[in-house]
Amino acid sequence: MCAINADISPELKVKLYTIMLKTRRTEERIIALYRQGRIVGGVYAGRGVEGTTVGAGLALEAQDWLFPIHRDLGAHLAKGQSVLNILLQYLGRGTSLSRGKDSGIHCSDPRLNIVGNVSHLGHMIPVAVGTAIGMRMQGHAIVTLNFIGEGGSNIGDFHEGLNFAAVQKAPFVLVIENNQYAYSTPTHKGFSARHLSDRADGYGIPGHHIDGTDALQVYATVKEAIERARAGAGPSLIECLSFRMVGHSAHDDAFYVDKKQMKAYEKKDPIARLEHLLLKEGVLDAPALAAIDGAIAQEIEEATRTALESPLPEADWAAEGLYAE
Amino acid sequence: MVETTYLQAITDAMREELQRDSRVFLLGEDIGIYGGAFKVTKGLIEEFGEERVMDTPISEAAIIGVAVGAALTGMRPIAEMQFADFITSGFSQLVTNAATLHYRYGTAVPMVVRAPSGGGIHGGAFHSKNPEAWFVHQPGLKVVAPATARDAKGLLKSAVRDDNPVLFFENKFLYRRIKEEIDPAAEILVPLGVANTVRRGDTVAIITYGAMVHASLEAATELAAEGIESEILDLRSLQPLDVDAILQAVARTNRVVIVHEANLTCGMGGEIAALISEHAFELLDAPIKRVAGLDTPTPYAPVMEEYWRPNAEKIAQAAREVARF
Repeated sequence: MCAINADISPELKVKLYTIMLKTRRTEERIIALYRQGRIVGGVYAGRGVEGTTVGAGLALEAQDWLFPIHRDLGAHLAKGQSVLNILLQYLGRGTSLSRGKDSGIHCSDPRLNIVGNVSHLGHMIPVAVGTAIGMRMQGHAIVTLNFIGEGGSNIGDFHEGLNFAAVQKAPFVLVIENNQYAYSTPTHKGFSARHLSDRADGYGIPGHHIDGTDALQVYATVKEAIERARAGAGPSLIECLSFRMVGHSAHDDAFYVDKKQMKAYEKKDPIARLEHLLLKEGVLDAPALAAIDGAIAQEIEEATRTALESPLPEADWAAEGLYAE
Repeated sequence: MVETTYLQAITDAMREELQRDSRVFLLGEDIGIYGGAFKVTKGLIEEFGEERVMDTPISEAAIIGVAVGAALTGMRPIAEMQFADFITSGFSQLVTNAATLHYRYGTAVPMVVRAPSGGGIHGGAFHSKNPEAWFVHQPGLKVVAPATARDAKGLLKSAVRDDNPVLFFENKFLYRRIKEEIDPAAEILVPLGVANTVRRGDTVAIITYGAMVHASLEAATELAAEGIESEILDLRSLQPLDVDAILQAVARTNRVVIVHEANLTCGMGGEIAALISEHAFELLDAPIKRVAGLDTPTPYAPVMEEYWRPNAEKIAQAAREVARF
């Protein structure tokens, strides 16, 4: 931890903190728009997992590929996506990345090499591996980073995709965000392994089990795995343990979650943790923190206004664009 | 001119496309040194190396998923299913990922999945399937099913150059049973979505594809002796479907038999009959008849398989009934 902390520059710490906070504030706005009936589709918040999504997402280079899942707004923002594009997509606007055709956070953006998830989460894993292999075949030193939940890690495509990546020594990193609940299902009903990262042994690749609420540890571990993959040494599996501090989606009050566990994890809130560290190390003071929050609030306010003023799609666009011409 | 089997035509198409375009590569089970279960890829690993003729684990979901991912990066993969039956293990990769990406985000998915389909080889329930209708029902995929060596070559080359996911149902009953003279120096490209009238006649139209084109031709010889002249339309492509050619055949004959080896219910025949009913009801002088496989799994014992499968005799009987109505 100390070594990791020393390796990460103050500027990077501030960047991690800023994007994590922007993620949370954007999600708060998305939930408000959902409660107002303006967002009509599902809303899946990543409160509590920002340390994982932002920590891992920032470890990518601009030309690398990212396959996030439904709770990973932090990874989209870390890869360079704008709050406006996210809101346009949630609001089903004609100017959104999918022109109103796809919901919420399924945002693909070819300009940023982000491939948005399908709802069958594990089914993205072989596709992500395919991008890693495809880019390598074209001579690029590119890495693909893919997220999966501890729930999604139990689907068959997890095995097929990771095994394929291992056999091919694909430049691929799979991050399991183990937030301890798959919708309402606790981990002991999902798998009996000690750690999901232990599965890495079965594929002959490195596996790491780390604290997913510690953005610095996530960043450092994922960065190392990415550079290892880029150098041709093959894929890694990284399990980041965190806690989903909200329901599965905005309609779910999480009544089934162990309240004591929830309380314990509130102390490990990834944003509060990093904020504490930044203050302790004197990287930022209270006014500087307030300035960051203020700038984020202004950006979200402007993005919300623009998104709400943006046109809806035409109804008959529904019939267009099925095939590439 | 070289006498070329249906199988050799497929091999030649792949070799020519691999030579023409460095983005083209093959992946599948046992396709390398073994040359594929049916030897369709024989000799290609020696010519193009193991990166472009990629042996894979037994992982249909990963094979198709990796092809989708590679296609997203601009590669043009040709994935082989060892038998079309096994495509079920990768079903979601086709219908969830490959079929929806362009509609949702405008990203092209230029890939081909070759699937050796069809019975008559005593393969039983799991090596005889004709699963094309499942995929025609999924918007966003293209589906072809060649009946001749020339069409197999020309359609595969067109499929490789298409910017969409194309399912190529090659009929394994035809692999070594049919051959024709093909000029190896000629560039053969058969466009997707164009049917071919393989026999002219004015009594009854037999609309069919794949191996059943040959059974229909056999039936037509038998019927001609009885004064019934059959027009045989080989659809070649099921999605896109050449509706104009179907309606023209109906207009010329006013009587229709639709033949496919796939089982009857919710097969292509139902869709074609509905299209004729909607667009050419007043042209019909008799009810449309369908000749198809039984609505059961394909049985193993030859006597039962023959009973299960459409053949010239069953097609001729249906044509007689329609002609005499």
